Amino acid sequence: MKSNHLLIIFLLFSAFGFAQKRDIAGTVKERSTGLPLFGVNVKDKSSGNAVSTDFDGKFTIKGVSSGTTLEVTYVGYKTAEYVVNASDSNILINMQDEAKTLNEVVVIGYGSVKRKNVTGAVSVVGTKTIETLRPVKIEQALQGTVAGVNVTTAGGAPGASLSILIRGVATNGDTSPLVLIDGYVGDLSVLNPSDVESITVLKDAQAAIYGANGANGVILVTTKSGKRNSKAKISFNSSTGIQEASRTLPTLNATEYALLLNESYANGGKTIPYPNVSGLGEGTNWQKEIMNPAPIINYDLSISGGSDKIFYAVSASHLVQDGIIGGDKSGFERNTARVSLGADVSDRLKLKTNIIYTNLTRKTINDNGLGSVLFNALNVSPTQAPYDSNGNYTLVPSTPGLGIEIINPLAQIENTYNDYELKKFNGNLGLDYKLTNSFVFTGSFGFNTQSGQSRNFAKQISYGGKVFDVNRSSVTQSTVFDNNYTLDLYGTYTKKFGDHNIIGTLGATIIKEYGNGLYATGFDVPYNSWEFADVHLANGLPTTAPNNSYVYDERKLNYFARIQYDLKGRYLFSAMLRRDSSTKFGPNNAVAYFPSFTAGWIISDENFFGGNEGFVNFLKIRGSYGHLGSDKIPPNGYISQLNGEATYVFNGTIVNGLATGQITNPNLKWEAAKKLDVGLDLKMFQNKFNIVADYFIDTRTDLLISNIPVSGILGAAAPGAGLPTINAGTVRNSGVEFTIDYKNTFSNNLTLSLGYNVTVLKNEVTAVNNGTGFIEGGSFGVGQLAPSRMQVGKPMGYFYGYKTNGIFQTQAEVDAAPSQVALGAEAQAGDIRYVDINGDGVINTSDRTDIGSPIPASTMGLNLQLDYKHFDFVAYTFASIGNEIVRNYERTLTDVNHLDYVLDRWTGPGTSNTVPRVTTSATSNNVFSEYFVEDASFIRIQNVQLGYSIDPKYFEKAGISKFRVYLGANNLYTFTKYRGYDPAASNGAPIGGGIDYGFYPIPRTYLLGLNVNF
Amino acid sequence: MKKYIFNTVIGIALFSAIFVSCSDNFVDRDVEYSIDSENFFNAKEDYDKALIAAYDPLQSTYINVLMGEIASDNTLAGGESPTDVIGFQQIDDMIHTPVNDNLKNLWDWMFGGVQRANYILEFKDKIDFEGKNQVIAEARFLRAYYHFELVKWFGGIPMNGDKRFVPGDETKVPRSSVAEVYASIESDLIFASQNLSPNASQTGRATKGAALALLGKAYLYQNKFSEAAVALEQVITSQKYSLVTDYASIFEMNGENGPESVFEVQYTDVEGAGFPCLQCSEGNVAVGFSGIRSYKLSPVTPGVPNPNPPPKYTSGFSFNVPTEETYNSFEVGDTRLNASVLDIVAWNTANKTEYGKGNEDTGYFNQKYLPRVRSGQAQGDLNLTNPNNYRAIRYADVLLMAAEALNRGGINDAKALIYLNQVRDRAFGDTNHRISSVGSALTDVIWKERRAEFVGEGFRFFDLVRTGKAAIIPGFKAGKNELFPIPLQEIQFSAGNWNQNPGY
Repeated sequence: MKSNHLLIIFLLFSAFGFAQKRDIAGTVKERSTGLPLFGVNVKDKSSGNAVSTDFDGKFTIKGVSSGTTLEVTYVGYKTAEYVVNASDSNILINMQDEAKTLNEVVVIGYGSVKRKNVTGAVSVVGTKTIETLRPVKIEQALQGTVAGVNVTTAGGAPGASLSILIRGVATNGDTSPLVLIDGYVGDLSVLNPSDVESITVLKDAQAAIYGANGANGVILVTTKSGKRNSKAKISFNSSTGIQEASRTLPTLNATEYALLLNESYANGGKTIPYPNVSGLGEGTNWQKEIMNPAPIINYDLSISGGSDKIFYAVSASHLVQDGIIGGDKSGFERNTARVSLGADVSDRLKLKTNIIYTNLTRKTINDNGLGSVLFNALNVSPTQAPYDSNGNYTLVPSTPGLGIEIINPLAQIENTYNDYELKKFNGNLGLDYKLTNSFVFTGSFGFNTQSGQSRNFAKQISYGGKVFDVNRSSVTQSTVFDNNYTLDLYGTYTKKFGDHNIIGTLGATIIKEYGNGLYATGFDVPYNSWEFADVHLANGLPTTAPNNSYVYDERKLNYFARIQYDLKGRYLFSAMLRRDSSTKFGPNNAVAYFPSFTAGWIISDENFFGGNEGFVNFLKIRGSYGHLGSDKIPPNGYISQLNGEATYVFNGTIVNGLATGQITNPNLKWEAAKKLDVGLDLKMFQNKFNIVADYFIDTRTDLLISNIPVSGILGAAAPGAGLPTINAGTVRNSGVEFTIDYKNTFSNNLTLSLGYNVTVLKNEVTAVNNGTGFIEGGSFGVGQLAPSRMQVGKPMGYFYGYKTNGIFQTQAEVDAAPSQVALGAEAQAGDIRYVDINGDGVINTSDRTDIGSPIPASTMGLNLQLDYKHFDFVAYTFASIGNEIVRNYERTLTDVNHLDYVLDRWTGPGTSNTVPRVTTSATSNNVFSEYFVEDASFIRIQNVQLGYSIDPKYFEKAGISKFRVYLGANNLYTFTKYRGYDPAASNGAPIGGGIDYGFYPIPRTYLLGLNVNF
Repeated sequence: MKKYIFNTVIGIALFSAIFVSCSDNFVDRDVEYSIDSENFFNAKEDYDKALIAAYDPLQSTYINVLMGEIASDNTLAGGESPTDVIGFQQIDDMIHTPVNDNLKNLWDWMFGGVQRANYILEFKDKIDFEGKNQVIAEARFLRAYYHFELVKWFGGIPMNGDKRFVPGDETKVPRSSVAEVYASIESDLIFASQNLSPNASQTGRATKGAALALLGKAYLYQNKFSEAAVALEQVITSQKYSLVTDYASIFEMNGENGPESVFEVQYTDVEGAGFPCLQCSEGNVAVGFSGIRSYKLSPVTPGVPNPNPPPKYTSGFSFNVPTEETYNSFEVGDTRLNASVLDIVAWNTANKTEYGKGNEDTGYFNQKYLPRVRSGQAQGDLNLTNPNNYRAIRYADVLLMAAEALNRGGINDAKALIYLNQVRDRAFGDTNHRISSVGSALTDVIWKERRAEFVGEGFRFFDLVRTGKAAIIPGFKAGKNELFPIPLQEIQFSAGNWNQNPGY
């Protein structure tokens, strides 16, 4: 029938415009890059004639009449139309790719959906953002670009790990989201960012298709692949940069230090140590001594292209980064190579595969905590010279005033020897088999296999009676093999019945993670030298067991079903059910079911809305609710192991047997999450404004709480036995996410895009059923009570210490106040006044209370992109508001150095109400109190870049289609009141995070880069 | 149509391939290189190792001895201050409540022992090997030992046969009656006495004699006199045990596991210990707790501490101090007085030593279980690792229990007198203090003799209770204090399954 219609139309038109027909030639290019597009379908709408473009994007279409419309279609691009004028001979048609449009396809796990039809809280970071940011690690591309996602780093050391938090801290356990690379379980931390096409973040019950793996949110990484029918594209990028410390702390110089010590000693009734301070001058600036500008170099090369049946992408990258502290002793190097291949094996069978090889090496120095290099640099005396007259490192004296933990940080760097090397293959093979037009069967196998080797050399060294002295040299080596695979098998049924569209998905996934590790230590390394630091040479007899090993084998089996339905593309609904079993679950909870549903309504498509050409172009409301789980719980908690104590005495000698250890919990199960999300997607003013807003409530129940008291009849109090771990905690995160993007091209020359996103979050622990109602964590100072708690009614990991109320100005004030002697010493004028919280007339441990939280009340990102002629400019900023941080990089001893805030200390009535007096005698000023808690709100200019693209016409002969140079700065500046290096310092622990132990600062990096496309 | 069928068949085949190949067996895997308690007991060696674990909690019975003695009229709680170990202080004054950490410890630790014994018994039929009955018999002896402690302190307790308790049992398994607990103890000990070797393969292991003695004691506690007499006389007629001539020597290191020892809890100080896990100590924690406070040599020059160690004893926490009345309860000429109660003032004068007065200081200490001078290999905390074995069942006890059973059962007073007078002859070092009473007068003498013989050994409170004479303990309320309260936490865990003991 259809062909008859066409025939009639063809006959009509051919009869109509006989004389004006002529041939039209033209070129089709991609608007954003100016690259020619191969294989584009160009159709004369009048005649029905159609041709394809060649490799240079050129086409010639015959017999075209003036005034007829050419329809230009290409997969992944907006369909373009061109009306032929009488004067046209060689026309240029630019095609806009669909990346930013509602027809963009968004992956949602075991399938994808058009952006327009998404009903969950799903955010996408696209190629453009990743290519603009060019992060060293791909996780950084999520910071400030996606509402509801917060990325924290363990420090600025090269290669330091980053943790991603989606919608707040929902557990006292592992908060990391599920990461899937092209569908299989993967690891973001070792990916080459240039290989990533896009990152999709599933934040709500949309992730419920991942059941017990999805409660922390899901990150779906799509790697780059070639495009069908495209000419080979060669892309080369390089950048070279210099990193420097973004901040140095204002420590006292030698003269200030000596004067302060004199005052402190005098107050303590001791002889002053520096009777003559003249000539001390500035002394040693230890931070300058240890921090040096360090290079960062990055290259990557990729080649991609495709014919109509086969497409490919091949890439390689190389990254070298030295540390600003310790130079190559804290270096990081990453090399990757990747091949991606896709083929239409037949009309029915499609294949896609890719494989990535990664090789990385990392060296580290002690960069966090008591005894870190920075900790030493901040605490060592500025009156001490770094080197003695012979050029050897000086020793920090082991006096009571300096303790036995502070050593010369330069010597520490020099004597640190370790390296780590990871070799990894990961990849996948996916097959789609189209059984019928409406039924596709998909099988996919993804794997990771890696080996990590480490070597640590403890050089025999004496720092003069310090805890870091090593009396006997040793070398510890380890080899760890980690493997996993993910096998997905599922069918997708797609059918349209009139106005009803249905997509059904049914399938199964199995995941197996397995591996082993072997550790060995050798003593007495020959010549006490790194050159000979290998276990086989270090053959001194051990005094303790020098070897260790482990194996693991964890498995998951998951079935899932999803139905997506829409009526007229306007009323959207989906429902999912997942059935999970896992080796992590106890026998009494072997199987978990996770139901969820989502719904949406595109109001702007309703007739009553009056079309979408007005100032509101698109409006959708959506909601989701679902049950998810987290199986990131310690393995084998339900298996009773014989690791208790069984020691008795027979024949007068100790004998050892075997006894059960911790009480098992056969009811052990996943943490359960209930996620509710209500959202709104809105486009306004010719699609220039794009707004996404979400309100969410995530309730995580069944958190694993350890040491839960149980009846004594179970034998938990027997020697070496222990109380069980039980699912007994609840945390609730609720909040609002709001994103607004504005994009406009003012003329052909200026394009502006501005994006702002904000997340407001409230975190509250609502149950800790362990008998005490709280769990402690973190550490502060030396030998002090734990500073962080998880407690009902409070945010996760809030700070628990003494509230302060200024400084005692006079002895009369001290006498009138409750005694503080229980904190260590009776107060005197000039000491911190603590608040008697329980009003019992004495200050003691019962007066500790909530003194801050490491969880920000809100986080936001503001991102700007400007393109003007050949120039482009980007700026990415991130802000975190309302979080606190604990200053814990000061050793509380009498002779250590201080930051210059001590210059504002109390020296007599009325001199200070914030900083206590200095003295060598005992005070209670160093207990964990508000005095050590600082506002950690900050705004950070994360990335600024200015690029210039040279007009490709100058390079046409060399075949260069793009030549861009840029200047950039990462971590340019941070606005904060925090006194330490970095207000974002946190080890990421849910209980015990937000404590600055002497954080390796994130460097500021200046980059000069080049992007060339052939 | 054919195509449709083909596609359907292919589709069904593919899906069934998924769902058949991916069965739940996939996640049913064993943990590699891990000893799982449920897959244990595959060799005799495994049973031996589990048996050591069942012996281990015997060392935590130090608290039963210490607290039992404090509960009686023999001693006061003492300590540093009236609030030092408040649980001990309250029990001393008979004002204890269900909230008592030390009673909770006792409950927990004894059930820890029951659980470990039952671990073996639950798997007793898994494999067969030579000597299995000996292992099973030792496990049943130990279970009976722990059960006997529990029934003495708390009365009826939950029991779960040969199976370990599992979480949730606290709300399901009821408290057995006292008679049921004793029935279990009797059954365990009868089996043990029939299967245990008369001679321990290693010093410290339960023997046939130990099982019979404990069985006799369990009968005696139920006033089953004839059964008690039969069991105890088997120990006596076995002629494996004898009284040591020098009573005081029993409690020195050299006296450990001597000819009078029927069963002894073994301790050592070669492994360290700390307060967070007192039950983990391989030493006798009660000894350090009972020690002389701040015991040291007097200064030679006033004001200058004497650096030399003081003689015989080392210091401790001055709990469990004997009363004046206890000291005065001994007959003239009884060598057991000085062996049992140390008059510290007299000792200090003779040895140029001194001590610090703690709470409720009486000037007396429990000589039998005072910390002695330690060897060079002793590990710290020295207060918690004293190696003094606890002489749980002495032959003297067997003799006196046999005498009591024969007398109170109206079986044979003459024989009872023979046994009683063996003990008295040894105590006085002559035959001039022999008793010739009969009937209830003899009963009273035997009871009095028990106090003198066993002061400081933790028996007194339970002897008073079982003989109906506990009212002499200051503060003791009849009808209530015969038993101690079930710890409040346990009542709460049981969610109504267990009732509190009367009066609490």
